[in-house]
Amino acid sequence: MLELKNLHAEVEGEGIEILKGVNLKVNKGEIHAIMGPNGSGKSTLAKVIAGHPEYEVTGGDIIYKGESILEMDPDERAHAGVFLAFQYPVEVPGVTNTTLLRESYNTIAASRGREELDPLEFDDYIREKLDLVEMNPDFLERSVNTGFSGGEKKRNEIFQMAVLQPTLSLLDETDSGLDIDALRIVSEGINKLHGEEDAVVLITHYQRLLNYIVPDHVHVMLGGKIVKSGGKELAFELEEKGYDWLESLAKVNGEAK
Amino acid sequence: MSETKALESMIGEEYKYGFTTDVEYEDFPKGINEDVVRLISEKKNEPEWMTEFRLKAYRAWTEMEEPSWFNATYEKPKFDTLQFYSAPKNKPKLNSLDEVDPNIRETYEKLGIPLDEQKMLAGVAVDAVFDSVSIFTTFKEKLAEAGVIFCSISEAVQDYPELVKKYMGSVVPARDNFYAALNSAVFSDGSFCYVPKDTICPMELSTYFRINNMNSGQFERTLIIAEENSHVSYLEGCTAPMFDEHQLHAAVVELVALDNAEIKYSTIQNWYSGDEEGRGGIYNFVTKRGACRGKNSKISWTQLETGSAVTLKYPSVILQGDNSVGEFFSVAVTNKRQQADTGTKMIHIGKNTKSTIISKGISAGRSDNSYRGQVKISKKADNARNYSQCDSMLIGQTCGAHTFPYIESANPTGKIEHEATTSRVGEDQIFYLQQRGISEDDAISLIVNGFCKEVLKELPMEFAVEANKLLGIKLEGSVG
Repeated sequence: MLELKNLHAEVEGEGIEILKGVNLKVNKGEIHAIMGPNGSGKSTLAKVIAGHPEYEVTGGDIIYKGESILEMDPDERAHAGVFLAFQYPVEVPGVTNTTLLRESYNTIAASRGREELDPLEFDDYIREKLDLVEMNPDFLERSVNTGFSGGEKKRNEIFQMAVLQPTLSLLDETDSGLDIDALRIVSEGINKLHGEEDAVVLITHYQRLLNYIVPDHVHVMLGGKIVKSGGKELAFELEEKGYDWLESLAKVNGEAK
Repeated sequence: MSETKALESMIGEEYKYGFTTDVEYEDFPKGINEDVVRLISEKKNEPEWMTEFRLKAYRAWTEMEEPSWFNATYEKPKFDTLQFYSAPKNKPKLNSLDEVDPNIRETYEKLGIPLDEQKMLAGVAVDAVFDSVSIFTTFKEKLAEAGVIFCSISEAVQDYPELVKKYMGSVVPARDNFYAALNSAVFSDGSFCYVPKDTICPMELSTYFRINNMNSGQFERTLIIAEENSHVSYLEGCTAPMFDEHQLHAAVVELVALDNAEIKYSTIQNWYSGDEEGRGGIYNFVTKRGACRGKNSKISWTQLETGSAVTLKYPSVILQGDNSVGEFFSVAVTNKRQQADTGTKMIHIGKNTKSTIISKGISAGRSDNSYRGQVKISKKADNARNYSQCDSMLIGQTCGAHTFPYIESANPTGKIEHEATTSRVGEDQIFYLQQRGISEDDAISLIVNGFCKEVLKELPMEFAVEANKLLGIKLEGSVG
């Protein structure tokens, strides 16, 4: 599904390297968790995979479904099934959730040669998806993320994921800002959406999300690299020993600066 | 019959309406003096009072100075080389659409103005102004049944002289300002609408303006009168072909609403705005004003301004009648080197009068976009209320947005609220929408449409669809 090969990236025009050679392989049907302290490059990694113009890939490659996507615009990557649930979802005043989602859904459908839905069919379609994240139908007619609480914004991201049915979902700190009930609802939603044909990459600081969504693989990022990978037990080990443990480990191996 | 040249393909996608139509024009001397004014009046077979009206206005104009208080710089029009009157030669008195010059009809088709059965189904009566002479008026009969008069202003001068005499110049006096005076002297044609007492106009009325002849100024004159308990909605659409030289458009629009009457005036303005370097494009210097003369009357201006090289325009309402309501909803988009200084004036005179101003300015490229608005509450206007909201949106780093509100209240019971915001379309906003599969251009279009929503919803249905498209086309590729 996704393969990162020695991926290097820096902030466009500033020459500050943030990703310093990331290697990662995600197969379909899998859930991966990427953990790491603030500033380790986790969120940048998600944005680079999605094609954010703020970052420039200076080395390595991103292979998605067997092909390099480095030359693709963000919207083309979305058409190919890449979805990013934003850490800070953006407000778009005056554009309703329904308008945005219908536009998204139909654009993606058209790019894949699938049938587009008219407004009435689309309305039926999205109403089913609301239940998945226990969202009030009022949300549909509200402007995208405008005046939403932090938790509502995060829930809205997962709702969008449910509507667009991506094949690769990158969830950037979807758990932050959620209270315990919302965390459960969102996690259950993600679990229901995940199947044999898609993959999920969770980016998180904390182990608590992983109580609800059980990853197949856990990776730890530090200084722009993945310094350790393991099974779900790695998350517990991290929780117990803290990131300092890995930092010293990385220094011994001479991998991180 | 000569052949229509579509310059469109040469010019590319940029300005869709940049073609000219080969029609034979009557020759007319360039420049302006009393003889030219008389000649225009003579050509139009006008009665003496009309000729006098023009001459007075001309004399007033010669004593006035071209204004320069606005936030725009441009080369002044050369009045001595301007052609003040231009009319297609085989001047028609037409009985059906088939009689319209096929070249002209083709032009209208390119503009997407269906002067045909489709329009009837859409329920829109069109009074199309081609250069200066009104070519054809549809639906006159159906309107006549309802008692509504909708014709060219030239016809009105001939057929309804009492109405024209009574109302023309009563809202915008000839001496009002430099360009209004000029218009009053040389106005060529325009629309006239009279809605009698207790009448709801049975359809949306519509005029499309088009400037075809190079170097011709277009001086429209529009007069709409709504008698007691009547209602009318009027749509105005404007386009012009592309020329290197600047063309002048100086219109005057007057609206009069009597007791309990309501006039809704909507404009989509898409004049050619010049090229990247600011060559060519229309100067749009227009005086639009409505008078709420009657109690409980209402005048509402809605405008989408996307074109012109320079726009100076302040559709205003004089709230004379007690409880009268004035509204101004505006979207002004500037791109490339366009300059727009636009806004409104709300003059509260009657008691319990109310006005609302919603202005959305969008600047892109190297353009400059200014909102200028005046709210004045006079001494006698007890309990007058105004709410103004002026929002500016910037796309890119090289454009400008300015807000100049002027507030004056001579009555302590008046309430005036003013809100203003400025935002920039950010990379993050565009990336967010792109990540949802939407292309960059569509993302900008979506963001801008969301920003303008409050105003766009005021437009009549068929205009709203056109407005959405126009905003998209106008801002294509504006984020590099």
